[in-house]
Amino acid sequence: MNGRIDWPAHVVLVLGAVLFLLPIWLVVTGSTLDPDAIARGELSLVPRLGGLGVYASVMTEGSPGAGPVWRMLMVSAGMALTIAFGKIIISVLSAYAVTFFRFPFRMTAFWIIFITLMLPVEVRIIPTYSVMSDLGLINTFPGLTVPLIASATATLLFRQTFLAVPDELMEAARMDGAGPWRFLKDILVPVSAANIAALFVILFVYGWNQYLWPLLVATDPKLDTIVIGIVKMIGTETKTEWNRVMATAVLALLPPIAVVMLMQRWFVKGLTEGDK
Amino acid sequence: MERRTIFPGWLLPVALVLPQLALTVVFFLWPAGQAIWSSATRTDPFGIHTRFVGVENFADLFIDPLYIDTIWRSVLFCVCVAALAMGSAMVFAVAADREIRFRGLYRILLIWPYAIAPAMAAVLWILLLHPQIGLIGRWLNRIGVAWDYKLNGFQAMLVVILASAWKEVSYNFIFLLAGLQSIPRSVIEAARMDGARGFFRFRTVVLPLLMPTVFFLLVVNLVYAAFDTFGTIWAMTSGGPGKATETLVVKVYRDGMVNQDIGSSSAQSVVLMLGVIVLTALQFRFLGRRSGGA
Amino acid sequence: MASLVLKDLSKSFGNVAVLHGIDLTMQSGEMLVIVGASGCGKSTLLRLVAGLEAPTSGRILLDERDMAPLDPAERDIAMVFQNYALYPHMTVFDNMAYGLRIRGLARGDIKARVESAADMLGLLPLLGRKPRQLSGGQRQRVAMGRAIVRQPKLFLFDEPLSNLDAKLRVQMRAEIRRLQRRMGVTSLYVTHDQVEAMTLGDRLLVLHQGRGVQLATPMEVFDRPANTYVAGFIGAPSMNMLPATLSHGGTAAVTSLGAVIPFADGRRPGEDGRRLILGIRPEHVALDPAGVVLQIDLVEPLGSETVVIGRLPDGDLFSVKLPGASPSAETIGVSIPPDALHVFDAETGLRLPGGSAP
Repeated sequence: MNGRIDWPAHVVLVLGAVLFLLPIWLVVTGSTLDPDAIARGELSLVPRLGGLGVYASVMTEGSPGAGPVWRMLMVSAGMALTIAFGKIIISVLSAYAVTFFRFPFRMTAFWIIFITLMLPVEVRIIPTYSVMSDLGLINTFPGLTVPLIASATATLLFRQTFLAVPDELMEAARMDGAGPWRFLKDILVPVSAANIAALFVILFVYGWNQYLWPLLVATDPKLDTIVIGIVKMIGTETKTEWNRVMATAVLALLPPIAVVMLMQRWFVKGLTEGDK
Repeated sequence: MERRTIFPGWLLPVALVLPQLALTVVFFLWPAGQAIWSSATRTDPFGIHTRFVGVENFADLFIDPLYIDTIWRSVLFCVCVAALAMGSAMVFAVAADREIRFRGLYRILLIWPYAIAPAMAAVLWILLLHPQIGLIGRWLNRIGVAWDYKLNGFQAMLVVILASAWKEVSYNFIFLLAGLQSIPRSVIEAARMDGARGFFRFRTVVLPLLMPTVFFLLVVNLVYAAFDTFGTIWAMTSGGPGKATETLVVKVYRDGMVNQDIGSSSAQSVVLMLGVIVLTALQFRFLGRRSGGA
Repeated sequence: MASLVLKDLSKSFGNVAVLHGIDLTMQSGEMLVIVGASGCGKSTLLRLVAGLEAPTSGRILLDERDMAPLDPAERDIAMVFQNYALYPHMTVFDNMAYGLRIRGLARGDIKARVESAADMLGLLPLLGRKPRQLSGGQRQRVAMGRAIVRQPKLFLFDEPLSNLDAKLRVQMRAEIRRLQRRMGVTSLYVTHDQVEAMTLGDRLLVLHQGRGVQLATPMEVFDRPANTYVAGFIGAPSMNMLPATLSHGGTAAVTSLGAVIPFADGRRPGEDGRRLILGIRPEHVALDPAGVVLQIDLVEPLGSETVVIGRLPDGDLFSVKLPGASPSAETIGVSIPPDALHVFDAETGLRLPGGSAP
């Protein structure tokens, strides 16, 4: 095997890479082209530098069907960050309580939280909507984020990690005088840093990529996430300015891709290690 | 599975677990309860009177040929997406597991797509397959294929399956690659020395050792195809043309939010809930560990 | 400089009794080693003193203060764990400083203490490193440093050397001894390794199945083991044990092979025919061409000495430790010098001291 190039593997992998890069590249290129040219079908694989102005334009003015892109980006970012941080904090606290302590109905609490795994939002959309309505949370930012913070996957992951923390580490901390809060803050959280980083990536992407929930809960265009915005743009059968749509798509893809790429190593570790 | 070393006291842990419990009760249990309740009621068209009808909504569902159609359509959809997403991911994972140059680069190039939203996958593929402006769409029409997925049901199904599977390949790739790498090299080498080559070795040595990962991914992929694909399908075809791409989750949304048939939609939700519970229970029974991803 | 007293300390986990009525009084500044085989309860005993477990009955008094209501952090005790238990995300400095920070010491004081301890342990150049960058021996020393800076009343060592390789173990043993003497802190040290016990302890507490079997200085435990368990546990290779009976009015013993060995240190009580167990350490066995014939099975040359393992005419295993090189014969003649003999009661295993009235 040494010295000889493994052609089949290379070919397969290059094809794979292209399979995912091509659509993105076309969209990047397309965003810089003239909209009428696109509508006529004249696409090219080479971006036109003169067309880069579309990004500034789309940020401030948006497109038919959706508002200014910068606002949608803010909403998406706010949503993704709130969900990521919110879920991490809640899950760390719950997992800590359930693994490091004993209290009445502890296991009941755990099973209740566990059940949420089996109830993705798509399955409870109508009633959750009515609950939101009753609570007056329709068309509010908390309405967008809070229901998505409660689910159990992060809690289970942390529970797994916390169960595996060596007994001696905890005993040493106890003898050093650390009580429950100090132990959590000074030792448990830092030691779980890799898990937290991986979860951040997963949850940020999850929050950013939400479609059904924001669709339901927010009718005010000021609360459109960028994903919702783009689908709206495509949906308008009036003269769609495709270059603007493509530019918005590129902007919509950049943050989650950046987060995944930057934190790629922790992310993969966190995803796969929790299972093994 | 418990910890041997714990902290004393109960007040603090109760306070710590309360936030998540509260959120769970308000946003999961209460709506789930409501869904079950609504599934057993029916409202008149004007929304004034609601009466309790027991399992009538469910009965109506299962004798409705359209609903049965939707079930079969969804099953077809899920199986195709799972097969396509897992099959291609497996091919990539096997290739990326080899000792070749640029291995690290290839991996990054196959991992980043995890960040793409299901709805964005739809947008991207629309831009590729659109009859007028899509590169591939135009080419198909030029070579004589009457390509318009907005009108042709079969093409619409093809398109949503493709976009949905495409989005999930990255996730599968990550897990399959990790699974392949956890197989000890010495086992593969022993197989080589025993004379097992290529696909035969893969089928008889590698695949069996990969089974836990494969089974886990199968469940995840089926759940993904059943639920997370709402964004993709709704953005691409809204379940159409007609009902060509209306899967169970799309139908729940359409009946509930668009047609305002709360009773039926809730009944469908309950059916879906049961399906997820069964799948997840199976997964835990056989694997004993948690599932990955959000 | 603290005194530790254990009164009738017992511990059961559910129905399983792990410790039975341990009594112990330690002197201030003493290094007491608790030694015994795995599962004898020694770690449990340590954890009771630390406060990590609560006793089922009995009392623990440190400087005459009952420790029962006190949390581990309040007992002013420091512990060195078997697996070191270093905080993986903190530097060596922070690992040692952590307990002091919690207690609210001033920055300057913390720095002074940590640096002084690090100096004592040769850790000064490593203060900025993280545990994963350290070798086993270095981690060991950081674990000790963490205990030292606390300046506690009592040190607890839970088999701290068992994860080190043999050579490092010998080195660290000496260092621990030196440090403890220098600091003069009362210390409780747990190990299953009898060599560690012998070299480190001012006194030994031998535990067997949760009971304290002998509490004495190392030499006393070696020269006058309290029962057959202690006799077999301390000393390597283990003491040879031979069944015998009391004879000659209590002044001698007759082995199962018929050899008569007179007691050099007085008579033993009881009637002739009382069943005994005689003990003789392999290094005390004498070569005697006219003695019992030992059929050699295995010769282990150790360099400065040789251990010969063989069988007596009645089939019992017997070992002899000889200075110098190994004999090249197939058999050797051995005999037991009376002044190296240990006499135990066959039923109870207890030592029968000489010089009792008939």
